[in-house]
Amino acid sequence: MARFLVLIYDDEQKWIDGAEGTEAAMQAHGKFSTDRADSIVAGEALEPTGTATSLRRDESGAVNVTDGPFVETKEALGGFYLIEAADLDAATELATEIPAPFGALEVRPVMVFS
Amino acid sequence: MAAAVADAHRREWGFVLAATVRVTRNIDLAEECVQDAYAQALRVWDARGIPAKPAAWLTTTARRRALDLLRRDTTLTRLMPLIVEDDVVDEPSFEDEIPDDRLRLICTCCHPALAPEARVALTLRLVCGLTTAEVAHSFLVSESTMAARLTRAKKKIAAAGIPYRVPSAAELPARIDAVLAVVHLVFTTGHTAPVGPSLRRGDLVERALDLGRILRALLPSDADVAGLLALILLTDARRATRVDEVGRLILLADQDRAVWDRAEIAEGVALVHEALRRRPPGRFALQAAIAAVHAESPTWEATDWDEVVALYDVLGQVWPSPVVALNRAVAVGFARGPAAGLAELDALADEPQIATYGYVAAARADFLRRLGRIADAREAYGEALVLTDNDVERRFLLERLATLET
Amino acid sequence: MGSYVVLLYQDESRSDHMSPEEQADLLAQHGAFQAKHGSAVKIGDALQRAASARTIQVGDGSMAVTDGPFVETKEALGGFYMIEAADLDEAITIAKDVPAPHGGVEVRPVMVFS
Repeated sequence: MARFLVLIYDDEQKWIDGAEGTEAAMQAHGKFSTDRADSIVAGEALEPTGTATSLRRDESGAVNVTDGPFVETKEALGGFYLIEAADLDAATELATEIPAPFGALEVRPVMVFS
Repeated sequence: MAAAVADAHRREWGFVLAATVRVTRNIDLAEECVQDAYAQALRVWDARGIPAKPAAWLTTTARRRALDLLRRDTTLTRLMPLIVEDDVVDEPSFEDEIPDDRLRLICTCCHPALAPEARVALTLRLVCGLTTAEVAHSFLVSESTMAARLTRAKKKIAAAGIPYRVPSAAELPARIDAVLAVVHLVFTTGHTAPVGPSLRRGDLVERALDLGRILRALLPSDADVAGLLALILLTDARRATRVDEVGRLILLADQDRAVWDRAEIAEGVALVHEALRRRPPGRFALQAAIAAVHAESPTWEATDWDEVVALYDVLGQVWPSPVVALNRAVAVGFARGPAAGLAELDALADEPQIATYGYVAAARADFLRRLGRIADAREAYGEALVLTDNDVERRFLLERLATLET
Repeated sequence: MGSYVVLLYQDESRSDHMSPEEQADLLAQHGAFQAKHGSAVKIGDALQRAASARTIQVGDGSMAVTDGPFVETKEALGGFYMIEAADLDEAITIAKDVPAPHGGVEVRPVMVFS
């Protein structure tokens, strides 16, 4: 078995506004979490990017703390699932059950260190 | 009575709010309760007279209101994002002595994980008690923009868990630096308004002075706090002489020193002496020391320019910045003549940070004028004019330009 | 106590060109971080490069699976840690120790559902 990180990118304003589809998506997340509990290592929703804090080291080695996400994108990372699957195809198959009504999902293999 | 309440609003808002946040653990609810307490004060003080300790009265009233609301509506606590504290007060005591929590409030407002413009806005709103409309006006943005900025910042404080706490001794110096940067920005914005019809914005200068005094009371042994308060006092002591009766800019050289605020100068000078005792001296202490040289000089001609240049030399070491280098160059121009000053300025010509800074062109223009290089001076004034949006400064430059033509 | 996700972003044009020694050194730095903050670190993984990702977009009754990441950014997500901290100050203190030589990190609070 291999590990994959499923990243949920979406228009976070839609969630903040409680747009049409949020309720159904919440329920679908609940269903996915229950149905696939055996394959899910972890899964979390993140607070909106407005609550993010970024840390960058400057040339002198000092850490600069700034308000906001590290990269600004139209669709922002809003949550993730860490799942176990046989291979990328199986992980993709599993991920299609995850709702992402206002954006998309990205399935990324986790690195294995021997 | 309205005046007494307004005075308490100005003086005690931050204290009352800081103490109320400890009970509500939510900033919005605390603001609402404090607002309510001031409204009650208008009625109750009118009937029963002003209480002996207005701040304690207001705090107790606001806290009671908060406890009422929280007890009546238990869902409120569940729905509200609560602020993180290291020592939660479950039930506040209603004894006379209410601990001063303003340092917690100030450090939370000026937290490095908040955007710099949000820190300034929160500090003016929560510590100084300005309304959202007033804060918006101070920074020339619409009220709705400012309201959104404040809401977003408060949301981040609660959701990201920015603590309501006085930082540890190890963290404190860096955190106080961030606080002082906010107070300094409020002051400089008020001292020379970036845009607009008047040179000075008195409301902002006064808020900066209030904040400086609060910090001084909270951190009496902090040299940087003493330095910044001194700088504000010594710079602001000249306020009455900076423009003439029709709003024209008056240079330091031509200001009527008899009108300078001697009480503020005395207070500022004493603070400078104290702040300079720390080695190495801080940025604000040195800037204040330079302001003190001017404040204590009986006339423009008597100014100890060598001392000013020497102070800029030290400032350039602890706080290297192109603006400090520019000011040093100007001081050199008075200590050793315009040719020497011009040479210093030319050495700065390649600094990208100040290439578009109007004061460089204005300083060049003045040196060139004094050297009799009229055509060059004219060109430099023209350049300076393009680079300032303050009406009073523009008018001054235009007048200088006009004198060259005659 | 709150949960935070520390997202590691890196410029892959730089991280791709690490020598085996540099890679081993970075791995050792992560080991040291995990040893130092073991009690606070819940999970953490390194991700394979962004190009290894697959994107799933669900439309009205349709679904598209494409190769590659959903968002192309100069600095790409390269890993994450989930940590527990009393407040943002503690989370930032921990995040400052996360090795991120080719970019930086973002600290994002995890959403709590009551």
